[in-house]
Amino acid sequence: MTSHDIYLLSPELATAGLAGLLLLVDLVIRRKGWLAPAAVLGLAAPLAFTILLWLDLDAGRSLASDGILSESFVVDRFSLFFKFLLIGSAAVVMLMSGGYARQVQRFESAFYALALFSTSGMMLLASSVELVTIYVSLELTALPIAALAAFLADGRSSESGLKFLILSGISSALLLYGMVLVYGFTGATVLSEVGARIVDIGLDDGLPFGSYALLFGVVLIIAGFGFKITAFPFQMWAPDVYEGAPTSITAFLSVASKAAGFAVIMRVFYVAFPIEALAIEWSAIFAALAALSMTVGNLVAIAQSNIKRMLAYSTIAHAGYLMVGLAAAAVRVETPQADVGPSGSLFYLGGYAVTNLAAFAAVVAVSRRTGTDELGSFAGLGRRAPLLAAALAFAMVSLTGAPPTVGFMAKIYIFGAAVNAGLAWLAIVGVLNSVVSAYYYLRVVRVMVLSAPRDETPIRPPLPVGLALFITTAGVLAFGVYPAPLIQFARAAVSVLL
Amino acid sequence: MSSEFSGLLTAAVFLPLAAAVVIAILVRGVRLTRVVAGAAALAELVLSAVVFLRYDSEEGGVQLVDRVADWIPIETFEVQYFLGVDGLSAPLVLLTGLLGMAAVFASWGIKVRVREYFIWLLVLQTAVMGVFTALDFLLFFLMWEVELVPMFFLISIWGSGRREYSAMKFLIYTFLGSAFMLVGIVTLFFMTGTFDMTELPREIAAAAPIIPMGVIFTLLFIAFAVKLPVFPLHTWLPDAHTDAPTAVSVMLAGVLLKMGGYGMIRVSTAMFPDVIADAAPFLAALGVVNVLYGAVVTLRQTDLKRLIAFSSISHMGYVLVGISSVAGVAGSVSPTGLTGAAMQMFTHGTITGLMFLLVGLVYDKAHTRYIPDLGGLATRMPVLASAFLLAGLASLGLPGTSGFVSELLIFLGAFPVWGWATALSAFGIVITAGYILWMVQRTMFGPAKERFGSVRDATVAEMAPIFVLVVAVIGVGVYPAFVSDVFAGGVESLIEALQDPGLLALR
Repeated sequence: MTSHDIYLLSPELATAGLAGLLLLVDLVIRRKGWLAPAAVLGLAAPLAFTILLWLDLDAGRSLASDGILSESFVVDRFSLFFKFLLIGSAAVVMLMSGGYARQVQRFESAFYALALFSTSGMMLLASSVELVTIYVSLELTALPIAALAAFLADGRSSESGLKFLILSGISSALLLYGMVLVYGFTGATVLSEVGARIVDIGLDDGLPFGSYALLFGVVLIIAGFGFKITAFPFQMWAPDVYEGAPTSITAFLSVASKAAGFAVIMRVFYVAFPIEALAIEWSAIFAALAALSMTVGNLVAIAQSNIKRMLAYSTIAHAGYLMVGLAAAAVRVETPQADVGPSGSLFYLGGYAVTNLAAFAAVVAVSRRTGTDELGSFAGLGRRAPLLAAALAFAMVSLTGAPPTVGFMAKIYIFGAAVNAGLAWLAIVGVLNSVVSAYYYLRVVRVMVLSAPRDETPIRPPLPVGLALFITTAGVLAFGVYPAPLIQFARAAVSVLL
Repeated sequence: MSSEFSGLLTAAVFLPLAAAVVIAILVRGVRLTRVVAGAAALAELVLSAVVFLRYDSEEGGVQLVDRVADWIPIETFEVQYFLGVDGLSAPLVLLTGLLGMAAVFASWGIKVRVREYFIWLLVLQTAVMGVFTALDFLLFFLMWEVELVPMFFLISIWGSGRREYSAMKFLIYTFLGSAFMLVGIVTLFFMTGTFDMTELPREIAAAAPIIPMGVIFTLLFIAFAVKLPVFPLHTWLPDAHTDAPTAVSVMLAGVLLKMGGYGMIRVSTAMFPDVIADAAPFLAALGVVNVLYGAVVTLRQTDLKRLIAFSSISHMGYVLVGISSVAGVAGSVSPTGLTGAAMQMFTHGTITGLMFLLVGLVYDKAHTRYIPDLGGLATRMPVLASAFLLAGLASLGLPGTSGFVSELLIFLGAFPVWGWATALSAFGIVITAGYILWMVQRTMFGPAKERFGSVRDATVAEMAPIFVLVVAVIGVGVYPAFVSDVFAGGVESLIEALQDPGLLALR
């Protein structure tokens, strides 16, 4: 391992190092109150390294290693986009975790360490360009989350952790099987080589994906990743896991874990299953999954009375919107605006991340106080905590996709990508879904503003949670009014894929 | 695409929002809130009048432009901040200023959550102003959607009856329409590479459609049809009107419905000249259905607000009939029908705004809107009753009032093209005369009822917005050219493509 390799890996190493450091420091210090701020501020180190790497890169170029990492790990703008997103999400999640981590006093540092280990796994995932590395990174991502989901050690939380562990295991198995088939067909595990050999071998035009081995391989890979991003029909685990896990971990799952999932899906499909040869096939699968995910997610969300469950189903729906960007991949060969689809997914991810984190931060603030996640406990929040209610309402408006929020811009951009790819039907399914979603998102607003509160005592969120809420809400507004930087960022990131 | 900035329209659009922010952050206390909101509404009226008067209809075209070309300067998403007025929008800006002022002053009696109320009312005004002045399609759409949230709160918090149901219904209907519009807008963008509404008519004619033009037209038309509203997408309107507070009904009937008609002329007509020519028979038919169905249903309403709501549906049918005249006769299209449609939006805005104000006052004083319970109010409130009678007569199109002018223009424009349809819709006037006179007679005249013995006439403060609208109704009735010349100029430049077969032949 050369020093250059270490430089390339520095964001991941710094994140994992921070996690280890927290565990050690916990053994010697007495005032555990310092752990949380240390965890958040410590993220400045990986952030600094990521910025350094970004500045070191030109557009469209990647920094590859000449040592042992040479074929498995790459640093390019695409992976750095996700590293920024993941570090940011992790920081916000830490800010709103205080209450949950303190609940189990002995393991306070473990909470932050596990989250950081998982984050470093996600960052690796965004940079992996080889199937086995992807698999290992995925496991590094998932296992700490299972522990975190069970962290509260009550019935629901344990159930949540166990469910996540088992289902995550099954999905990993499917993924591995898919990878094996692809390896068997091509004899390569490096993504770019897989892509090159698929083109070389030549495909039978009569079969979907040109060969049964490849067909099953791709379908299984989609199934494995589909679990990560809660795409229908691999979404079953989400509501129970989301409901039982500590709310900040739910936020982590729904934002960071999903972002990492999209990073690896995009990398695998764009690089290993070349657009020229196979995009028509796999983009059609994603189009169907997108339509189903958003429809199922939104329809079931209407019936929920627990806000975490509702947000879980909403997450499934948003996975659907995000996959619209993948479905729009096939257009690439035909028009000059080829990057609308993938950059749409990234832009949407960024917008979705700030919005969803804002929503969960508000839920944390309320449920820490009321001790329940039922929608009814939000009654009269407009009077008990006007700013908190306004922020949550704003997040709901953004999730609906109405202005002046980033959700609005992202919705237009991603459905525009669908239209551009000749998928007007998918865009129409999408917008109809956003109408359905307006009903349940605004129900939250309605309860907060119109229903009488159960008790009048004002709710004051703890400072870190308030800070998390402020940062994310500011992001929702800022990118809603002036989205250009985020779009530019996303376009710069996807330029390496095309 | 260079940037230019005169600032007048930006001020007109964002002044109410700024006032709302000031109220939200700085102002405490009911009285001060009212003063700030009232001052903002008056300033806004002045600004909108300045916009209208400074618009030079001799010169025509888009004027008073505020343009920042690089709001989102990305070739896959090229959005400008682009405000401007032409002959079509300048009078509607004035209308918004007028009714915005009326709405704020009609809200003096709001007792609960006063600050929030005025905040939402002012945000609503910004959104509507934005819709009428935005010339970038994405900005237009943004403003179109911004209007939803304030309306939702205004109806669901300060409404009456089944207010939450009505608010949600309004929201879902409008959101459904705008969802289709969104697909239409992005389709046009990826066809032409621009959101610029002044360039789009030409660009669309030159571009190859991604999906059939008829489909894009329909996607956009549905959004406008929900807003106008067109039968059978109208069912949100009676509920929303009946349950909304007075001032919100004024805004809803006065300007929000006009967003639909405005879109039909600015987008459906100007950007899809050949599609709308093909669709014209359907528009005429829908217009007739709207006029007659609306009028017949109005006849048997017993709630004053519901009655005016249904009459709005009937009157908006005339807008459709006017637009349907773009099919033209023997290849030549006269702008008369479209000018009439635009005039109808303006006059209906003032007349119905006035009506809702009056009904609100009647309800405040008599504590009922149920027509059979009312009666004989003229003796107790002569001034209100005369204004009511005047609004009614204007509504049925009495010569000398503004209602007459617009309907006459519509019939003149549409008759040569769709004779039977125009004749049928003209029959709507007879029904209108029936329900208006019957309503006025049952509420205002007849023997004075004892339980209204203590009812007082409108106070001077209540009279002020009414007076302004009465002046608008009679003024435009006596000297219609003040508004109609501006509209005519605007409409004419929008239908150039329809009038010039050479442009059409290019496709």
